[in-house]
Formats: sequence, structure tokens, C-alpha cells
Amino acid sequence: MNINNGIDIDVIKKDFPALQREVHPGVPLVYLDTTATSQKPAAVLDSLNRYYSYHNANVHRGIHTLAEEATAAYENSRKCIASFIGATSEKEVIFLRNTTEAINLVAHAWGRSKLVAGDRVILSEMEHHSNLVPWHILSEALGVEIDVINVDDEGYLDMDHYVNLLNNGPKLVSVTHMSNVLGTVNPIKTISTLAHDAGAIVMVDAAQSVPHMKVDVNEIGADFVAFSAHKMCGPTGIGVLWGRRDILEDIPPFLGGGDMIKRVYLRSFAPNDLPYKFEAGTPAIGEAIGFGEAVRYLDGIGMDKIWDHEQTLVKYAMEKVNQVPGVTIYGPSNSQYRGGVVAFTLDGVHPHDIAQVLDSDGVAVRAGHHCAMPLHEKYSLMATARASFYIYNDVDDVDALVDSLDKVRHMFK
Amino acid sequence: MDDMYREVILDHYKNPRHNGELDPADISYQDDNPLCGDMIRIDLRVDKDNKIIECAFSGHGCAISQASASMLMEDIKGKTLDDIKDYTRDDILEMLGIELGPVRLKCAMLSLKVLKVGAYGVQEWVED
Ligand SMILES: Cc1ncc(COP(=O)(O)O)c(C=O)c1O
Repeated sequence: MNINNGIDIDVIKKDFPALQREVHPGVPLVYLDTTATSQKPAAVLDSLNRYYSYHNANVHRGIHTLAEEATAAYENSRKCIASFIGATSEKEVIFLRNTTEAINLVAHAWGRSKLVAGDRVILSEMEHHSNLVPWHILSEALGVEIDVINVDDEGYLDMDHYVNLLNNGPKLVSVTHMSNVLGTVNPIKTISTLAHDAGAIVMVDAAQSVPHMKVDVNEIGADFVAFSAHKMCGPTGIGVLWGRRDILEDIPPFLGGGDMIKRVYLRSFAPNDLPYKFEAGTPAIGEAIGFGEAVRYLDGIGMDKIWDHEQTLVKYAMEKVNQVPGVTIYGPSNSQYRGGVVAFTLDGVHPHDIAQVLDSDGVAVRAGHHCAMPLHEKYSLMATARASFYIYNDVDDVDALVDSLDKVRHMFK
Repeated sequence: MDDMYREVILDHYKNPRHNGELDPADISYQDDNPLCGDMIRIDLRVDKDNKIIECAFSGHGCAISQASASMLMEDIKGKTLDDIKDYTRDDILEMLGIELGPVRLKCAMLSLKVLKVGAYGVQEWVED
């Protein structure tokens, strides 16, 4: 048995078909790329198969049995996700394609209706491109000004700088809950409280936090929260924007057509109620149902246990990887403030070459700028290699990474 | 994979040939691949018949991008700018002696792209 913080990892590993495969003949997969996308458990895959095999129908408008079943399963999934994140009502849970689309929706629908030239928006240096570019587009269109919170050498947000920026009277603060490169977990509750005191609303990019820790949207005090199913055992093509009801009621729709309308006249329309107001066209029904199943799977293990398990792993990994000569690890050294992500470089070896050699040992890591070019530029890096962990990883996986890194080192010596 | 890091590729990566910059140069061009951070600059000196009498590359990136630049420099010295026009992806792959998937192919082709665009302008470069 392979018990870790109350989770039997051997049992968990068996839930994931991809983890049973070999990458090359005789070389099993060691999957350390969850930050990009997680593997999917059989329960989620079965739910997709079940829906498309037996209950496939369009939602909300049909009267026949399949349509009712599909609608019930789709809406049940929404309820399940609402309760998973502590939403007051499932009407606040909007199904979209992913985190990126959710942030774009806020920038477009909220931004264009509430902001005018000269208004300020605060972002941070550690943001994923998905939480930078939508605001750049808004800035170009409306003349909105962007302020950026500094990140210090250890990978923490400079909170003094943040407080200073708040003096400029921003309308919105949009930051990540957890960095997909540094692993830094930001003090999001404090960030929210300070923003609200300054009269700004708060958008949280939770793409890396909701999959790995208990996140209660009301407790963290955010106004918008975005996350993607594919990073938390669910399918691609489905994600959620959670928004505070009064704010969602108060902004115009984003895309037009399909589910988002109540009545249509030849020259006008009346938008539907929440959450449908923001769900235009036939949604990713099977994927939404699979998302619900993923949340049930994670809930069954327990988010607190998942977080503790990843803490154990990341601590072990930082220790072990740091012992490899020539390695530099980026981000907080105190694992308490860090999720299960270890981005690093190895002297004299390009991250691409690291990832390529690791792959020959079945170890899947990512190499590049991880959609965070400004952060890499800040640290004068072209690219990093990144290993990331989830419930299905154990210390053996970390050891496989370290052994393979030794091989890289010798090859490029 | 073992193939990908053949001794000869690692050798060119660790001991690049014609590495550096030429000043003055008749042709200088550089480009990068922002996705992976590879950067290559190529400087050429040509005589009155457009024959390459000296060439050098500089930059940084993965073993594949740097080794292919180094091999390309060895190969083009003494050839004419006209000869370069005919260089293709297959020539680069033949020099490297390996096969590459779509992601790493971009790394391998960066030096040829810099060379061709530098010598003839963007219209000479068709990505395939
Ligand atoms: C912090 C962060 N934000 C946003 C995203 C974008 O997620 P998606 O591609 O699912 O929209 C990612 C995924 O890489 C991420 O790590």
C-alpha cells in the first residue's frame, strides 16, 4: 500500500487509464504535467460515454424523455459544482469553455459596460496570458489603464506595491489565486478585502487553485472566479465563470443566440435569466456532465486531503530536485505558500532538451514559458522546465524525475 | 530519443562551429521562436560572385536549434547564395540525421529560416 495523508495512491492510480499505459515499449508513463491538463479517471470517461450513448439530446427545449434526462443531468452537474465552490446559488455558475473564455467574458461584458477611458485595472506580473491579454484588448479598445503588481525574487506578490496601486482608485483587481509557474498561492482573501475597501471589484483566476485546494468563493471574497474542468479530472471544452449574482444581473450579455434569450423580436430581444443569459448556443452538454462527475470524484477523496498530499510531494520534490547539481528552482522556498508545481532550469541545458530526455524515461514534464512570458522575462529566462503533481502522483514519480534529470546532466556534461 | 541526441548533435551543441559574429558582414539577420525562446543570428561575408567566404552564427536555444545552425554553417561555407535557395527541410534533417516531430522541427528549421530570409527576404521562406 502507498498511503499518503489518508489517500491510497495505488488505488487512485488505478482509476486513471492513461496511467496504466507505456510511453515507449517497457517504459511506463510518469505524468508530471497536470498544471497543463490533468489525466481523467474512468468515472469521468464513463459518464461521457453514458451520456453520449444513452441520454444524448439537446437541453432545455425538448419535451421527450432523452431531452429531459440530458437537461436534468446538465443542471445537476451545475448544482454539484455550485456546492463544490460554496456558491450561494447555482444561478451564479455559468458554463463556458474554459478559464480563458470566462476572463474574456468579464473583460468584455462587465468591462465594456462599466469602464471608461482612464479607469484603472490591476493585474500582476505572475499572470497567465489568459489574465493579461483580455485586459490588453480592453485597454486598446477603451483606453483603460493597466497597473501591474510586482512579484519579488522569491515569487511572492509585493503587497506594499499592491496597496500603493490601490491608491490610484482602480475599478477592478484581477489576479491569479495560484501561479502556474512559481506555484505561489496568493493571499487572495486579503487581496479581495483591500480591493473592496478601495472600491474595486475582484476577479480571481482560479485555474490552478480550485483543482488542488478547497476554494469557497464567498470566503475568499471574490466577485468573479474562473476555472477549467480539464485541469481537475474533467473533460476539455468546459469551464466555469462564477459571479456574484447582483453583478451578473447588472451586466449585459456577451454572445447572442440560443439559450441566452427569453424572447426575440425582429429588431430586439429580451435576455434570459441567470445563468442562461451568458450561455449562448448549445453548450458542451456531455462535457458539463463529465465536469460534475469529476467534482464528485475529487469530493469523494476530499480537497483538504488532496492539498495535504500535494504539500508532501512538493516538499519532497523541492528537496530532491535541488540536490541535482546545476538546478535552480523558481518560486517560494516555503512549501506552505506553494502548490504542487516545481519550475526549474538546469545549467547548460535548454528546457526543451530536458523535457525530451525525460520523455525517453516516460517522465512527462512541460518546457517553455508556460503562457507566462512576462514572468519569465522578469527573471531573465527564455524558458523553464516544469513538473507538477496531483492526487495520482507519489514519491516514486518524483524519484523517477530526479533519476532522469541525472541522466540529462550526464548527457550534456 | 537516443537517436535525437546522437553524439554528433551533442558535439555540435557543445562545440559549435563558426560560432560568433562577423563585423563587418555583408548579410546579417536574426530571428527567434518566441514559443521556446530559441534565437539565431547569422552573419555572412560574400565575394563579388556571391560566394560565401565567411559565415558565423550566434544565439541561444535547445541542442537541436544550435546544432543545426552549426552544421548549416559548415555546410554553406564556400557555396553561393544561389545554392542556398535550393536548401530544404530535408537537407537540414539529413545533416542532423534524425527524424523530428512537429514541435522540434521548428527548432531545427530556425537557422535555415534565418539564412534564407537574410539572403533573400521573407518571400523566400515558406513554412511547411
Ligand atoms: C493560472 C492559469 N490561468 C489560466 C489558464 C488558462 O486555462 P484554459 O486554457 O483552460 O482557459 C491556465 C492554464 O494553463 C492557468 O494555469
